Amino acid sequence: MKNFKFVGNFKYSLIISCVLMAAGLAGLVLLPFGITLFNFNIDFLGGTILQYEMRAVMDKPQLDEIAALAESAAGVSATVQRSGDTGILIKTVDIDTDRRQAITNTLKENYGITDADLLVADNVTPTVGADLRNAAILSVVLASALILLYIAIRFEFKSGLAAVLALVHDVLVMLSFYVIFQIPVDTNIIAAMLTILGYSINSSVVVFDRVRENRKYMPKSDFADVVDISSRQTFLRNLNTTLTTLMPLTMIIIIGVPSIRDFAAPLAVGLIAGCFSSLFLSAPMWTFFRGGKKERI
Amino acid sequence: MKKSVLLFIAVLVAVGLLALVAVNGVDLLAFEIPSYKDGIVLGLDLSGGSSITYEAQIPEGMSQSEVDRGMIAAEAMLRARLTSFGYTEAMLSRAGGNRIRVEIPKITNPEEAVKMLGSTARLEFRDPDGNVIIYGSDVTKAEVNVGPVDEYGPSVPYVSMELSADAREVFRLATMEAAGRPDGDNYIAIYLDEELQSAPTVEARHAAAGIDPVDGVMITVAGNREEARRLASLISIGQMPFDLRQVELRSVGAVLGERALETSLMAGAIGLVLVLVFMLVFYRLPGLVANLALISYTVLMVLLLSILRVNLSLPGIAGIILSIGMAVDANVIIFERIKDEIRLGKTIRAAISSGYRRALTAIIDSNITTIISAVVLLALGTGPIKGFAITLLIGVLLSMFTVLVISRFLLDCMVNMKVTNSRMYGV
Repeated sequence: MKNFKFVGNFKYSLIISCVLMAAGLAGLVLLPFGITLFNFNIDFLGGTILQYEMRAVMDKPQLDEIAALAESAAGVSATVQRSGDTGILIKTVDIDTDRRQAITNTLKENYGITDADLLVADNVTPTVGADLRNAAILSVVLASALILLYIAIRFEFKSGLAAVLALVHDVLVMLSFYVIFQIPVDTNIIAAMLTILGYSINSSVVVFDRVRENRKYMPKSDFADVVDISSRQTFLRNLNTTLTTLMPLTMIIIIGVPSIRDFAAPLAVGLIAGCFSSLFLSAPMWTFFRGGKKERI
Repeated sequence: MKKSVLLFIAVLVAVGLLALVAVNGVDLLAFEIPSYKDGIVLGLDLSGGSSITYEAQIPEGMSQSEVDRGMIAAEAMLRARLTSFGYTEAMLSRAGGNRIRVEIPKITNPEEAVKMLGSTARLEFRDPDGNVIIYGSDVTKAEVNVGPVDEYGPSVPYVSMELSADAREVFRLATMEAAGRPDGDNYIAIYLDEELQSAPTVEARHAAAGIDPVDGVMITVAGNREEARRLASLISIGQMPFDLRQVELRSVGAVLGERALETSLMAGAIGLVLVLVFMLVFYRLPGLVANLALISYTVLMVLLLSILRVNLSLPGIAGIILSIGMAVDANVIIFERIKDEIRLGKTIRAAISSGYRRALTAIIDSNITTIISAVVLLALGTGPIKGFAITLLIGVLLSMFTVLVISRFLLDCMVNMKVTNSRMYGV
């Protein structure tokens, strides 16, 4: 990294980041047209999730049999998948308590499970789903606006713009992860997005701070050179803080239960994206907005 | 030199003592700090339990005041039912204008609870032989008043109840009969879902003509105003002008909750150790200082969670674990800074001082944006997300404190102890 030209290689960084963002961006853009690339959980659409401990590994024919049993008990179509080692997860549209009870009863009769084996019962009606969706959109918009406002006050416009674009990049990369690995999108995605929005800016701020300071000491240098030097100086710090934050998160991903794992994994991706963007995107972008290399400070 | 060694040790002892407090709790006369086991309330996703949200099915054209009255009746009904089912730890809260959320810990059959709690209430007034006199729907008004119940009596709280015109005559005859009973059972029983709730006595003086409810009926309550209010809202259940429909259910079995808690704590512990080792290897002496700061951060976090009795959810634990990593962040910023300053040829003491000064703006800027996110989540989020926001917020504030105060203090002690070999600082 000793002589890496962060500004000079900006276009390659940009290509990489565009590739990483593509899936998430597509997912967002297609949403208003009714095309869903995301694996939306019941939180936003309404529906029912029942998760049972079956005390044995269920094979494909058994899963199919359970789906058939659930469908005849509840009178709606049901999808069944494995969850954890010996667990199963049944997903249907929003059904009332009698039908949910009917599914549990048929599993009790046919597979000998008990009430205690009902691990999760989640039911969200479409109206509540719509409310959760609106609250989610509102909080993301509000938090982004406030962070933007803060950056606008603290930094000059061009650096603020670069920092915000880097944030957008981090969130889009995280959304790509949701799309590609079909991570269930539930209300936790809001917490994940806002955490990345709030935290990832750290790294850009640290680089920018260093740039502002180095400009005082290097009044005759190209802005691009100042950015390169500053990025190199802060490289270790950015890498190390990302590593230390990733360590506990990785442990959650390795040994945590599925629901927290689905929250920790996108966070980890967002953090890595934030590390990447703060080094290779935000400061070079600032240089670009200032009018490239030629301008003297 | 001696003084700085003592100060250094004093900080370590203080952190150790705080850790003991966090584990065992302490009971000073005016100020009690609960142990982490008593203080930290586990959310339903960790302890197992159900959160059921009911929505009132409001008929069209109903006025807001009618809706409000109905909601109060609905809450009273749910409360009474929770008590009679033995769910004493259950919590009830209004969620928006026409929704009520019921949270019941440690329940194994959520569907049964959904059904029983939400079913239409059957409120009945019965004579001592068990025959139904009037139904809850015959009650048009029930409220608490305070005043003398007879001419010379003292002022007491009572329930005043009004009945619809159709029910009045039946009620009068029934009270007449009840007052005149020779077997001593001179009462009218109030039942909710076949469960006796109250049995107010009909005084003997009403044996002649019964209580004519044309101007309302007074029911005095043995007990305080609270008891009167409970009875009034119970009687109002009969007028609940709408049905309740379950619109959201979140239920986690106790087994899964326990597993979630165990694995998360394990992940946090291993993650913490990994961070401690990494910092020590990479940053040496400052790394040791950062580790001490991180340990005090963890201790203070547990203490604060206990004192504030934070409701800890699964995302909340994720917030804490995330903030462990973030707590190191500021240390790293400063140490990298100090290293730079040492390389520039400054003395260790000067390097530490200017390292802190220069890193300060970056640390504050980056923490404020995280605080903004946490506050928005706190204001707009629901349930577990609120828990995440709280732990994240506490985490950010604590990490700033441990870095700017504790790390700084320990580093200064080090320098005063003449630990000034620049290699020890990772250069």
